[in-house]
Amino acid sequence: MGVALTRAAQWTSAGSGTGTLEITPLNESLLNDIIKFVESFSSRHPQEAAFVFREPLEWKTQLDYSVFESGYEISATTVQSDERDKDDQPLLLLTASTIRVRSFGQLSRLLHIAMEKKLKEAQACLEANRDPIVKILGPGYGTIEGEDMSMLRLLDRVRKGGDPDTEIKMKIALLLQQLDMQLLNSSLKHISQEVRLTPAAVKNEVDLLKHFSGEGENTVLESLEYTSDYEFSNGCRAPPWRQVHGEICYLIVKPHDTDPLYITCSTAGVFLNGGRGKEKDDIDYERKSDVYKDLITFLRERSAKFVENIVKQDYTFFEEPTYEKHYRHMEIVDAEDLGQSQKFHDYSEKNAFERTKSPPVKSKPIDKKLEPSLKWKNVGPYKSFFSYKERGKEKHPQKLSESTGTVSYCAAELINKVSEKSDEISESSSESEEDEEQPERHQEGNTDLPSEYWQIQKLVKYIKGGNQTATVIALCSMRDFNLAQETCQLAIRDVGGLEVLINLLDTEDIKCKIGSLKILKEISQNSQIRRTIADFGGLQIMVKILDSPDKDLKCLAAETIANVARFKRARRTVRQHGGINRLVGLLDCVPMGSANLTPHQEKDIEVARCGALALWSCSKSTKNKEAIRRAGGIPLLAQLLKSPHANMLTPVVGTLQECASEASYRLAIKTEKMIENLVKNLSSENEELQMHCASAIFKCAEDEETRDLVRHHGGLQPLASLLNNSENKELLAAVTGAIWKCAISRENVTKFREYRAIETLVVLLTDQPEEVLVNVVGALGECCQEPANRAIIRKCGGIPPLVNLLTGTNKALLVNVTKAVGACATEPENMMIIDRLDGVRLLWSLLKNPHPDVQASAAWAICPCIENAKDAGEMVRSFVGGLELIVNLLKSENKEVLASVCAAITNIAKDEENLAVITDHGVVPLLSKLANTNNDKLRHHLAEAISRCCMWGSNRIAFGETKAVAPLVRYLKSNDTSVHRATAQALYQLSEDPNNCITMHENGVVKVLLENCG
Amino acid sequence: MNRKKLQKLAESLCRTAKHFNKIEVECLIKLFHTLVVEPSDRHVVIGLDRNMFRNILHVTFGMTDDMIMDRVFRAFDKDNDSCISVTEWVEGLSIFLRGTLEERIKYCFEVYDLNGDGYISREEMFHMLKNSLLKQPSEEDPDEGIKDLVEITLKKMDYDHDGKLSYTDFEKAVRDENLLLEAFGPCLPDMKNSMAFEMQAFQETGDL
Repeated sequence: MGVALTRAAQWTSAGSGTGTLEITPLNESLLNDIIKFVESFSSRHPQEAAFVFREPLEWKTQLDYSVFESGYEISATTVQSDERDKDDQPLLLLTASTIRVRSFGQLSRLLHIAMEKKLKEAQACLEANRDPIVKILGPGYGTIEGEDMSMLRLLDRVRKGGDPDTEIKMKIALLLQQLDMQLLNSSLKHISQEVRLTPAAVKNEVDLLKHFSGEGENTVLESLEYTSDYEFSNGCRAPPWRQVHGEICYLIVKPHDTDPLYITCSTAGVFLNGGRGKEKDDIDYERKSDVYKDLITFLRERSAKFVENIVKQDYTFFEEPTYEKHYRHMEIVDAEDLGQSQKFHDYSEKNAFERTKSPPVKSKPIDKKLEPSLKWKNVGPYKSFFSYKERGKEKHPQKLSESTGTVSYCAAELINKVSEKSDEISESSSESEEDEEQPERHQEGNTDLPSEYWQIQKLVKYIKGGNQTATVIALCSMRDFNLAQETCQLAIRDVGGLEVLINLLDTEDIKCKIGSLKILKEISQNSQIRRTIADFGGLQIMVKILDSPDKDLKCLAAETIANVARFKRARRTVRQHGGINRLVGLLDCVPMGSANLTPHQEKDIEVARCGALALWSCSKSTKNKEAIRRAGGIPLLAQLLKSPHANMLTPVVGTLQECASEASYRLAIKTEKMIENLVKNLSSENEELQMHCASAIFKCAEDEETRDLVRHHGGLQPLASLLNNSENKELLAAVTGAIWKCAISRENVTKFREYRAIETLVVLLTDQPEEVLVNVVGALGECCQEPANRAIIRKCGGIPPLVNLLTGTNKALLVNVTKAVGACATEPENMMIIDRLDGVRLLWSLLKNPHPDVQASAAWAICPCIENAKDAGEMVRSFVGGLELIVNLLKSENKEVLASVCAAITNIAKDEENLAVITDHGVVPLLSKLANTNNDKLRHHLAEAISRCCMWGSNRIAFGETKAVAPLVRYLKSNDTSVHRATAQALYQLSEDPNNCITMHENGVVKVLLENCG
Repeated sequence: MNRKKLQKLAESLCRTAKHFNKIEVECLIKLFHTLVVEPSDRHVVIGLDRNMFRNILHVTFGMTDDMIMDRVFRAFDKDNDSCISVTEWVEGLSIFLRGTLEERIKYCFEVYDLNGDGYISREEMFHMLKNSLLKQPSEEDPDEGIKDLVEITLKKMDYDHDGKLSYTDFEKAVRDENLLLEAFGPCLPDMKNSMAFEMQAFQETGDL
């Protein structure tokens, strides 16, 4: 008990003296164990329970006299136990609030009496008696660290015989020692569960969170600051006299939803402190909350907004405990005994399995090279079992690395989320951060490492400790390893090779730089390596190397930048260090297509190619697109676009299509005559190049002139013929996209019909990924604007698959499908098919879609359906609740939805019965409410709807009463003639009510009408 | 030296040292004569002796390794008379400064083949690499790293697996990976030094 108390229990003040026991989970369980021991003492060891302590245990109690009942003698000021010792002294004596207890029997009775205050009493007792054994048995038994001779002395005395007291003492001492062991064991369990934080881990976490903090809705925190800017050499920011208590630093965190939190990060964990006093520098160090194992756990507990903003990616957080359990359990086994190996076995097996499963494997080409899970397979349950001892020794560092691992995984998730968001906003095709979603993987133990690992480690050692000759040899030898393999990539990183390689870039020696870049270029295929390179400041150095006169060096640096800059932060770093300007500078080489190049010029072209590769990677960030433009990149790219070589064209067109998300680039692509070359390369041999060209046209062809240019340069035919290559889905998506946008021009549609593209598009309506479907349907929707094509679609059986697609969920797809179905429905023959397939009902149900775009598009499509369906009125009535649904859409905020719904209502109202129903649903006041609008499209359809709705009952009067008339008169001043026509119709209908005529007249209708007559 | 003689010499050297034009050759000849101390005895061969040459390598081209510098001297000194004549000087520099890859491979091999037997043996490699690693006093065998490095090099360059590097091995390895040209120590000037040298040599005399 003594050892456990001095060593394991957590005393608040580090020094001796009257400390207090903190209420930590560890202490609580210690106390509970002690209580259990004492409580059961008198029943289990009645003889020993009667033993009178050498000195009483004395402490200040909170117990009231009244709780003492039989067996006690209670007077006004004292409570004495009936039980007394040889000298007739009571074994329990309570005076004022000081209690003295002299036997285990009394102690255990007291604890029974204390009931729920047990814990408090035990705590107070132990606080007052730091070494209770001394008081119980005498000073000879004090807790001595190290060898304890007291037992032996006792044993001696017992053997000499005689004193029964000594024998009891001996027994008690043994019992206490047993308890001590038990306490130590259980506290060990606790300690091993605790994650001891280190300054580095805290710093990591803070840096990570800082990344995601700031103004705005989507950040996890508003701000996160250290209280002190000064960092001691050990990484702590707490003042030295607090570092003694294990405190690392203090933070002020401002979450979105609560007051600023003042937080202490200590080695024991993270907790709330008393905050800053009035004086700016004063921190109240007192702990005010529970201790959490890390900052993220703490914040999750404290801020709902924090949880909300990371919650969608939360499964990493939930997954974490599984890992911990694994470690925890392993250590318990280690601490207790080996008997439970079976259980451990199960755990590790489960974990090994989970781990192989957990990384979200994306079907990006890169993954193939990485061989993601091979290593975990090797860590089979048996091997881990046999190596557990070794791991046990390293448990601390490993646990830390595990926790930082999780942190960076969280980072990846967070970044991923951010990027998803930006993806939704910008149309840019590939802003996605493909590489940051890969979870951090760690080497587990060192039992299963392949021999490459050790060889690489040796080479890194030679690079570190060798002169340039040895370094070059080691670098060349390293290149002989399969650097595309993840084991080798991570081996280099794990033994600190990346740092060395990056340091080499900063030397004068060109050969070392080249050798190092050659390796970095290869291993930067790995996303974790990319991030580490960026962390070590590799990008800054490589950007500097772009200025080097050595062309090989420039090429390698640019290629490596191209690899590394595949995530946002890296792209930003390149830009912020002037990389974009330098890379654009690389593009400037001899005019393309000139014959008889000298080797020098060829090298220049190679440099330009590498520059384009790097720009391609960088161009995925919007700000970089702008920077490339400002650095004068567009004319240079246009120049390179004339190259005949696919390996040059691919990065150039890749960059252009990436940048074509910006209007300035689309304009430049048109004016710099790049369309011609893009069209030319649609016929390239290289599918990737074809794809980028098509994709560039896709983005640019929103512009009418561009569409015409594509036609003039003969781009429509290659596009149409590329439709037949339906294996390469990325290519297909780009090509169908280009066709869609080009088909906005009628002349192009005619051409496409000539090339029989419509038939092919119909074939592509089935069994395609959504990206392709969206474009195919979009293209068909545009083609259907021509009556002849609607018939073609019907004839080749395009309508059933189109109607079928109405059941989808993809927003973009639904918008296009509804448009296409609507366009088809303008032919009565098509409409019959649609009706038969119950297409109108499907369209109608899309009015319930949450996206206004889909709602509007569906409502537009419903119009021709009603117009062309037989028994349209009956059909509409058959949709239960359908009319109410559409009338309620008049409450939408979206102008397009309103206009489309007005148009649909106009058509619905053609049927008198339906008009009656929608009147009952309150269509009149809803329409009147919309009257005050400046949107001409809405005005047009609204006026038509009003004019139709006038046909029923007293609706004319109702429109007058709901003040729709006066605004309608003002519509006549609009510049849109279709608005005039519809308004005149509506006014005509409304004028049948005299009151409306008065209102019209008051608003000067006569004059404007006369003007319109002229 | 009179002008006519200089012209004639330059013209003939121009043919053998094909990377320099005539003016450049003239410059180099002049530079040679400024470096060489005119011997008092007319019969002694005129030229740079080992120490003078080593001094140039050290000061102008930043070389530090004594052994390699000796070997470079040997490579320049075609006739093995321990003295670099004006012809050897110009022809040597032609390769040294502007040699094609093939010429440089040949030159480097010559430098590294210490005993001139046509092979770079394990022992020669060990000899050349022995100072290339930071000695770790803690290690039992301080040469272990060097030995390992030699093995690594052999593994990389010894294509015919005979335990030594023939010229064919060396050439193949270098063509495969240019970085291995100076695998056993720097014996060619780096870009900065050679540019500085050329600029100085050709400009100074061009001013005349």
